[in-house]
Amino acid sequence: MSILVNDQTRVLVQGFTGSQATLHSEQSIEYGTNIVGGVTPGKGGTIHLNKPVFNSVADAVKAEEPNAALIFVPAPFCKDSILEAADSGIELIICITEGVPTLDMLIVKKKIDQVGLRLIGPNCPGIITPNEAKLGIMPGSIHKKGKVGIISRSGTLTYEAVKQTTDLGFGQSSCVGIGGDPIPGSSFIDMLELFNDDEETEAIVMVGEIGGSAEEDAADYIKDNVSKPVISYIAGQTAPAGKRMGHAGAIIAGGKGTAADKISKLQESGVHIAESLLHIGETVKKVIG
Amino acid sequence: MNLHEYQGKQLFAEFGLPVSKHEVVFSGDEAIQACNKIGGTKWVVKAQVHAGGRGKAGGVKLIESPEQARDFADQWLGKRLKTYQTDENGQLVSAILIESCTDIDKELYLSAVIDRSSQSVTFIASSEGGVNIEEVASKTPEKIIYENVDPLTGPQPFQARRISSVLGLDSNQAKQFSGMFQNFVKLFNELDLSLLEVNPLVINSEGKLHCLDAKINLDSNALYRHPSLVEMQDPTQEDPRESEAAKHDLSYVSLDGNIGCMVNGAGLAMGTMDTIKYFGGAPANFLDVGGTATQERVSNAFKIILADPEVKVVLVNIFGGIVRCDLIAEGIVAAIKDVGVNVPVVVRLEGNNAELGSQILADSGVEVESLNDLESAAKKSVELAK
Repeated sequence: MSILVNDQTRVLVQGFTGSQATLHSEQSIEYGTNIVGGVTPGKGGTIHLNKPVFNSVADAVKAEEPNAALIFVPAPFCKDSILEAADSGIELIICITEGVPTLDMLIVKKKIDQVGLRLIGPNCPGIITPNEAKLGIMPGSIHKKGKVGIISRSGTLTYEAVKQTTDLGFGQSSCVGIGGDPIPGSSFIDMLELFNDDEETEAIVMVGEIGGSAEEDAADYIKDNVSKPVISYIAGQTAPAGKRMGHAGAIIAGGKGTAADKISKLQESGVHIAESLLHIGETVKKVIG
Repeated sequence: MNLHEYQGKQLFAEFGLPVSKHEVVFSGDEAIQACNKIGGTKWVVKAQVHAGGRGKAGGVKLIESPEQARDFADQWLGKRLKTYQTDENGQLVSAILIESCTDIDKELYLSAVIDRSSQSVTFIASSEGGVNIEEVASKTPEKIIYENVDPLTGPQPFQARRISSVLGLDSNQAKQFSGMFQNFVKLFNELDLSLLEVNPLVINSEGKLHCLDAKINLDSNALYRHPSLVEMQDPTQEDPRESEAAKHDLSYVSLDGNIGCMVNGAGLAMGTMDTIKYFGGAPANFLDVGGTATQERVSNAFKIILADPEVKVVLVNIFGGIVRCDLIAEGIVAAIKDVGVNVPVVVRLEGNNAELGSQILADSGVEVESLNDLESAAKKSVELAK
């Protein structure tokens, strides 16, 4: 078991022939991911990385029946690509691209919710289920099949959490980067629900950061709904108010969204807090070791 | 990206929102001409900086002659205005806004933001204007209304009526507001705003709604759609190192400490700052070199970090995902030779080709402290910074 993706997932890559998509698709295929084809308007009928290229998602769906879309198109075109995937009913849509305008995301998110599909990202590393499928840009080699589910708003911070849980021998069931934007397609809560129901997952690591109230909302949810242990690290404990820390979502605004607030709220819900970035693995060990 | 009040008012006017007759001036002589052009006998002069709290700091004044406008302009242009929202150096006054004086009957508050929890553009309105809205929210929440605009169906007249009722508007004002509400949403959506604030929105002596202030923040991700707004950017209002970094696609925020940080990824950059603090040190900056850190970017990052005279040591923390650490190592070596780094450099390389990267650093002959785990690297940096 795992969440969202496994060796049966049939992946369609949108923006397939672009340089980033090509680089990461190659690595995904090498990892064993079942990429069934790609979409680049105008290049339909050609072959790229030994996979068929289609002009539209609809054409690809007819021919290859993908059930996941992985999007690498440039930010100005993400709204269109996500809505195109949604229009074809692809149940899992992952958008890697960063820099998508927030107002585009408001419309996309509302639409995705209405039609009942799932969007991960944008501005995220994607999803990996070790040894089965890699839909994203994370380095496959640091992962190990195992029992910790990882959810994070940040790419490289996810890698830290992965490495520490790999080094201590726990491994990961699946890892999901939900992205650092103010309006993400999926929330911590969406992923907590899936990991809580996943038999293979014994503990959940939630890597949060300053800004917004996603961690506080997750804390409320965990209190009432999550039976598995949750370990959390919150980045940005030293960040000053009013300064945006790289991610569009990482800003302490109006005194809200500080690391201290998030940590105390999580502790009240019984979440185990890693006291520093270096202690994520050790905290997992203390809890389930 | 933030706009000045005068730019905000220009956009308000373009979208049919009521603002005072105004002129923007960049010299004392222009100030006299502007008063004459606007006409009347009373004017308000306002120093233009990207910060609130100008009134209390002396940056807003009611004047009764064009000469006073000139004196105000001469007094403030090129000077720095310090308010409770700026840092201790204040912000450079780059322009003066002169407008006709409005007689005020009542001050109200109106703003619109992108609200993460409702995932919509949310209007916030209150019958208490001209004050700190967060205080109103905590002390008298019944005087505030939050109205979410559905991203798919847009603003509806009933929502305008609901806001009008909380603002205590009479039927004529409510009718006026109904039109304004549509125009505010249009402005927000068409120009990709992230924040719009009118504090105060006033009822003037003629009983009409009038926007006395105009604060606009734009979504930087959407600027590609608005070349004319990009031209409104005022670099004098930003930290020079932060704008220099932005030119090179680096995300940089200057802080108070003495350990310069260069990290790939925003989350890990914050995590690295936290780790430095955890071991008793203080980070001099946040710097994300991005997922595709090249030699050129690493060089530029070093230059920006070292432009801060407080920096006593630089900690480079790279978790090579797709980025290859050997290429980063070559970038570091070249950058150190190129830039002429005169403080100790501690490097932690992890992930993709990390060992090869460390080997390159060791063989290069440049003086770097190469450590392969974050704990030792952070500790070492803190020790060297003392």
